[in-house]
Amino acid sequence: MQQAKLLEVKNLRTEFPYDKNKTVPAVHHISFSMEEGEILGLVGESGCGKSVTALSVMGLIANSNGIITDGEIYFKGQNLLTMNKKQRRLIRGGAMSMIFQEPMSSLNPAMRIDKQIMEAIQLHTDLDKDQARALARKLLVMVGIPDPDRVLKNYPHQLSGGMSQRVMIALAMSCQPELLIADEPTTALDVTIQAQILELLREIQKEKNTGILLITHDLGVVAEMCDRVIVMYAGEIVEVAVCKELFQSPRHPYTQGLIASVPKLGSGRTSLPWIPGSVPDLLSMPKACRFAPRCPYATDKCRTEKPDLLEKAPGHEARCWFSESQQPVEE
Amino acid sequence: MQEDQKLSALLQEDYIDETVQAYQGSRFKVVMKRLFRRKTAIFGLAIILVLVFISIFGQAVAPYDYEAYDYMNTLQGPSAEHWFGTDHYGRDIFSRIVVGSRLTLGVALSSVIVGAAIGAVLGLLAGYYGHFLDSLIMRSADVLFAFPDILLAIAIVAILGSGIVNVWIAVMIFTVPSFARMVRSATLSVKSSLYVEAAQSIGANDRRLLSRHIMPGTMQTFIVNFTMRIGSAIMAASSLSFLGFGADVTDPEWGAMLSQGRTYMDISPHMVLFPGLVIFLTVLAFNLLGDGLRDALDPKIK
Amino acid sequence: MGRYFFRRVVQTIPLMLIISILVFLFIHMIPGDPARTLAGKDAEVSEVEAIREELGLNDNIFVQYFKYMGRIFKGDFGQSYKSGIPTTQLIGQRMQNTIKLVLSAMLWAPLLGILLGVISAVNRGRFLDHLLMFIAILGLSAPGFWLGLMGIQIFAVQLGYLPVSGLNGWKGLILPSFVMGIGCMAEMARYARSSMLDVMREDYVRTARAKGQVERKVIFFHAFRNALIQIVTILGLQIGGLLSGSVLTETVFSIPGIGRLLVDSIFFRDYPVIQALLMLFAFQYVVINLIVDVLYGFINPKIRLE
Repeated sequence: MQQAKLLEVKNLRTEFPYDKNKTVPAVHHISFSMEEGEILGLVGESGCGKSVTALSVMGLIANSNGIITDGEIYFKGQNLLTMNKKQRRLIRGGAMSMIFQEPMSSLNPAMRIDKQIMEAIQLHTDLDKDQARALARKLLVMVGIPDPDRVLKNYPHQLSGGMSQRVMIALAMSCQPELLIADEPTTALDVTIQAQILELLREIQKEKNTGILLITHDLGVVAEMCDRVIVMYAGEIVEVAVCKELFQSPRHPYTQGLIASVPKLGSGRTSLPWIPGSVPDLLSMPKACRFAPRCPYATDKCRTEKPDLLEKAPGHEARCWFSESQQPVEE
Repeated sequence: MQEDQKLSALLQEDYIDETVQAYQGSRFKVVMKRLFRRKTAIFGLAIILVLVFISIFGQAVAPYDYEAYDYMNTLQGPSAEHWFGTDHYGRDIFSRIVVGSRLTLGVALSSVIVGAAIGAVLGLLAGYYGHFLDSLIMRSADVLFAFPDILLAIAIVAILGSGIVNVWIAVMIFTVPSFARMVRSATLSVKSSLYVEAAQSIGANDRRLLSRHIMPGTMQTFIVNFTMRIGSAIMAASSLSFLGFGADVTDPEWGAMLSQGRTYMDISPHMVLFPGLVIFLTVLAFNLLGDGLRDALDPKIK
Repeated sequence: MGRYFFRRVVQTIPLMLIISILVFLFIHMIPGDPARTLAGKDAEVSEVEAIREELGLNDNIFVQYFKYMGRIFKGDFGQSYKSGIPTTQLIGQRMQNTIKLVLSAMLWAPLLGILLGVISAVNRGRFLDHLLMFIAILGLSAPGFWLGLMGIQIFAVQLGYLPVSGLNGWKGLILPSFVMGIGCMAEMARYARSSMLDVMREDYVRTARAKGQVERKVIFFHAFRNALIQIVTILGLQIGGLLSGSVLTETVFSIPGIGRLLVDSIFFRDYPVIQALLMLFAFQYVVINLIVDVLYGFINPKIRLE
């Protein structure tokens, strides 16, 4: 019997209501899986459905008014979408946790740090207050906070952005999760702090063998961190590959564009100067290849027939009619 | 939640591109469409339109002469002849309410228009020029705010004496500070977002910036507050009349009618019921419309 | 916190000063000759002169102001023209009723309003939300004086459950308290709802859910605690509204409080009493806002730890 994957998303479709009885899909039948201890990157421009995917997995999409209309999500073999509310809630923050883009606003401004971490601990363990506090302190030490006793007594507004993100990581790690979803964890931070936080995430992954789903628009971060990468465009997966392979021989023109638009790895540039146009409006999505209107190689076939996500090389999938014939981008 | 914001922006396709010229026209349509989706707002608008109609035509639509005494029919309850009954002089209450709508609406509308205009100008000046002017205007507003709403109006009437003109002045003055504050803060937020543009466009002088950029930016909050404020002006004016500070007892002003009806409360409660009900419905109509406008104008709400 | 509190207190001083100047100038703002107005149309020239002298109107205006303020600090607000009783005594007799009335509304209206607003926000878009918000807008739009009169008619005259007027026992308080509080409750409910909705969109509420916290506690410990910081800011305004509402409520229910006293004094042009009452109302309002600001500083850690 094959061992269950850490996370397996099958045919996920998440929609948002926008008018009476009308919905628009933000994530359009995506499937992917993650192994234990793997760092999987999820890349794409803002609005491509990365965060929607993450929140769907986390079970928080309903609070952003999203509705999962199709598909299955398995976490260690259990179907998250058919579980009852309580089981689902106990996984959230326990075996699966999440950190967010804006660490400063992700912490409750009216609560001390110790209370916020202890809350997470006591929800998933039987520890009493003192034990929980001791664990909270230990966690702060683990995430590299030099004066944990002071920070425990602080309110979020007394912390810097980098400190807040460390606290958020401590909070997310409090119950030894097997899957950590990191949604743009360094985007709001200074470049030097970014590097420290990434380093911390990598250490955690090594020590605890935590699987990390790293969502980012920054290819530099991906290159530094990830084992495998999923590239999303307009709610669909357009390319999946092992990290090294993706950078060496990107198969999808969109990925090629993304890579070409990064002048130097790690600089964190977000604009794509050479890909003309922008992500299509969710309400007027191209019927065939969604990237066709912006694609330099697009032909009539691309505008009339939808390409499938197919394996182009071992472990390397792409959604493009021409990806076999295309040359790797010159570095 | 970058993604969600992006998504909601996409969903409100009308708010994506503010630079399009045709935008103004289509935006109006969108706002109207959203407004008309709210039944309560339409209910409010309908009442207001009826009120405006009867206040324009007044005596022409009233079934009786509002001043005609009829000593044979005093203090009659509601009936087929007199829908809202008659008062202690036998005057038809429905006709008096119809004719009085001009007075009530007129006082409220005109005082709020003048008060809002003065407040808006002061707020714009304070917000745009800042410094000394800002402190002066805003501290004055603070002082006026130190007397809670109706009390300020009472204080003003206490100085000027009773009468509908003084009530008008009182309502007008107590409208000023709230608009000054509102427009000031709206101006400040628009100004900070326009600073870059202002610096770039060398030709733009203050007046042009104020009239072309800041004014439209504050319009949204202005319209909503203006609508709600008419409701509170009607409430304030009728309260003052009820206390005996406002309209003359012979005037068909709703608050004054109610105040007179109090004497006959025990035998003819309809003399209080109907004028009060009409004040209630009128204020409600403006509040409902204001709420509807707020939601329709707010791009954040679907 | 200490500095914040100190700053707030200091800020009210110029405000009170300006209010005192306005109230002092009150008598000078009356169109025409105040002494003539006070003496009445048919008064002799000598009577007018006597009043002018008594009011000190012949002095330089600054001298007048300082004399006036000097008397105020000694607790002397002059005597009522109507009854000859010292103003402070007159107000003192009636203050109790107004305080009773205002407190009776203050005890339930803001709390119930906040509760309803939170319930509404949590059930956003559902029937209950629409219903509660419709009730709130009705409460906001209903003229209190009319509600009071109709209430007397129904519950006191027709059904005989409650007394017709006055503040006799707890039964006498029910209707006035309801009439006073209904607008405040409606206003608080609407504001509490929108504050809650604002807060529930915040990242930290999502974090609380991501921890696996139960929804009830997410709403109470994370959303509501922060919404309360916003809600408190309009509490001062609302209590001020209750104070001024006492003018109408006391008139409707024939309660001898300071609101009714103000109305009567305006009719009789009893200027010393009017002046004292305006000063009192403004002072109460400033103090309430000060208390609310301190409360705000206390529940908001950003200010408490300053």
